[in-house]
Amino acid sequence: MTVESTAARTPRRSAGSKAGTTGTKRTTRTTKKAAGAGKSAEPALVQLLTPEGKRVKNAEFDQYVAGVTADDLRGLYRDMVLTRRFDAEATSLQRQGELGLWASLLGQEAAQIGSGRALRDDDYVFPTYREHGVAWCRGVDPTNLLGMFRGVNNGGWDPNGNNFHLYTIVIGSQALHATGYAMGVTKDGADSAVIAYFGDGASSQGDVAEAFTFSAVYNAPVVFFCQNNQWAISEPTEKQSRVPLYQRAQGFGFPGVRVDGNDVLANLAVTKWALERARAGEGPTLVEAFTYRMGAHTTSDDPTRYRGDEERLAWEAKDPILRLRRYLESSNHADEGFFAELETESEALGKRVREAVRAMPDPDHFAIFENVYADGHALVDEERAQFAAYQASFADADGGK
Amino acid sequence: MAETVTSKNMALAKAINESLRHALDADPKVLVMGEDVGKLGGVFRVTDGLQKDFGDSRVIDTPLAESGIVGTAIGLALRGYRPVVEIQFDGFVFPAYDQIVTQLAKMHARSLGKVKLPVVVRIPYGGGIGAVEHHSESPESLFAHVAGLKIVSPSNASDAYWMMQQAIQSDDPVIFFEPKRRYWDKAEVDTEAIPGPLHTARVVREGTDLTLVAYGPMVKLCQEVADAAAEEGRSLEVLDLRSVSPLDFDSIQASVEKTRRLVVVHEAPVFFGSGAEIAARITERCFYHLEAPVLRVGGYHAPYPPARLEESYLPDLDRVLDAVDRSLAY
Repeated sequence: MTVESTAARTPRRSAGSKAGTTGTKRTTRTTKKAAGAGKSAEPALVQLLTPEGKRVKNAEFDQYVAGVTADDLRGLYRDMVLTRRFDAEATSLQRQGELGLWASLLGQEAAQIGSGRALRDDDYVFPTYREHGVAWCRGVDPTNLLGMFRGVNNGGWDPNGNNFHLYTIVIGSQALHATGYAMGVTKDGADSAVIAYFGDGASSQGDVAEAFTFSAVYNAPVVFFCQNNQWAISEPTEKQSRVPLYQRAQGFGFPGVRVDGNDVLANLAVTKWALERARAGEGPTLVEAFTYRMGAHTTSDDPTRYRGDEERLAWEAKDPILRLRRYLESSNHADEGFFAELETESEALGKRVREAVRAMPDPDHFAIFENVYADGHALVDEERAQFAAYQASFADADGGK
Repeated sequence: MAETVTSKNMALAKAINESLRHALDADPKVLVMGEDVGKLGGVFRVTDGLQKDFGDSRVIDTPLAESGIVGTAIGLALRGYRPVVEIQFDGFVFPAYDQIVTQLAKMHARSLGKVKLPVVVRIPYGGGIGAVEHHSESPESLFAHVAGLKIVSPSNASDAYWMMQQAIQSDDPVIFFEPKRRYWDKAEVDTEAIPGPLHTARVVREGTDLTLVAYGPMVKLCQEVADAAAEEGRSLEVLDLRSVSPLDFDSIQASVEKTRRLVVVHEAPVFFGSGAEIAARITERCFYHLEAPVLRVGGYHAPYPPARLEESYLPDLDRVLDAVDRSLAY
């Protein structure tokens, strides 16, 4: 690839129009629907499975899940159940003092599994610190995610092993990394896509706005996947924006769409659509997965200080796992045996994670000085030597203890 | 004979330009990106002609967003590229400070060495050119305090050429401070020479009575100070640090053990500046060799002043000579 400019290439799926127009239409139409539904109503969102587990038709997005078999549906269900089980185990491990902190994804399983399963192996993921379900889809061993929460490392897995970047704690920063990576994909002439995860809180960050700008200007193959879980610790989304978040994309010149974040099929479909746009040279897309953080922000948080139970109960009725189970049962895609077997597998995962965390050793003290630089640094060497001498002085004092 | 063929007299800015050209030519993964670096060739013309020869996908005009420039450079580095980004002026780097400090500096450590970010951040820095606010600052200490970054600053065209080569080849992020008031100073550059290691200081003038330590724009000043002092019968040694992180304390120590007196000169404010670190460590390393406390000459604890006042703010010949006198008076 030698040319990379602001000039949009002709989009494959909407010949004759400029890249982004498709989405602008979509945005407009969705807004109109919302306006018709009453002034206090939230804008319409893409939904393929109702909270009652009923499959509803969608002229635009059905095609992206047309190939989903009963086996795939059971797979999605299994992913969500195991992710939730892992998450619950991690919360327990924090309560037991085995982890210093845990950021639960409870309630966001559909958004993460749906989008995560839409990806190809060669796509690249830039997560926040809550993308445990996406990590699961990428094949990152769940126990690897726990090192930083236990405090034995600050990440530590090989991002290139599963094309899953390290968790990013300072919110929004990774949107720029994803955009730069996507610019590199274009330069390489590859048709991989990149997905950047962030939340409603991060949508206020300058880095996210800059990522939107850069990705639009360079037409980068990146999907911005915003999980709007309604709460940025204690601040509701109204404290971040006066327009629905997906509408932000319009001002940057690329499409934005809101999807029912608790509907795994809809997340799969919408993300596939956005990834295809990226691969086809149509540039960035913003997906707002409208979901709910069922638990606390982290194990250090106390949501009772800022929100009531009614809200949580309303969202419990829209639970992502429950609705897929209803669909699987009503469509006879899964029998009791499947659910029972999954329950066993789930407990085995919990046990494995528990044992792995408890067996996770503290790192050697000298790890402080490791990997500070790739090519070394004289000061680090000097301070390591001083530290070693200091440590050794104790050995002298109490006979090698 | 070889010297006459490969050595060229060129300005410091041109030397960086030649160095970038060489790097772009030698490695298809090298990118140049920043505001106005394309057609315009950068506001100081350091990237002049590069986009014309290497195309706009390798010499990239970016949106005016410094955090975005560094953040996307990190992403490109994760993809295997070696971006050289330009921050247009010293005072414009702070929107990118978070990406540099929080992301760029720490990625290698937090990935336990699995991710390398070979990004060079070029920053024209320092005063003395009569510029408006935010165009004359020396923020090197704000970066030197951060583990994971390497900080260098050449003082002459030859070093500028070679240190840029080495910075681009480094697998660590390097903040490359360019002494903008020396951009037009010419020197011989031998593009076939074998350069010394990047992070080593160099004695640019030998002396016996006192050591002057400087880097970037202040090296030339210190050489002038040594000339002036020589007329008064004083022999000053001048050490060009070249690298602020890591700092070549061994070379400073060797010089101070010989001269027994040390004055550190930089444009950056003295308070918490690199001079403070040098003074502390040299005092620790060779306390019994010192005949006088380590003295520092630099900017004041005040915002960089309007251009009509900068001559009073910046270290100059007399202020450095004054410090030399004070040191020798002990």
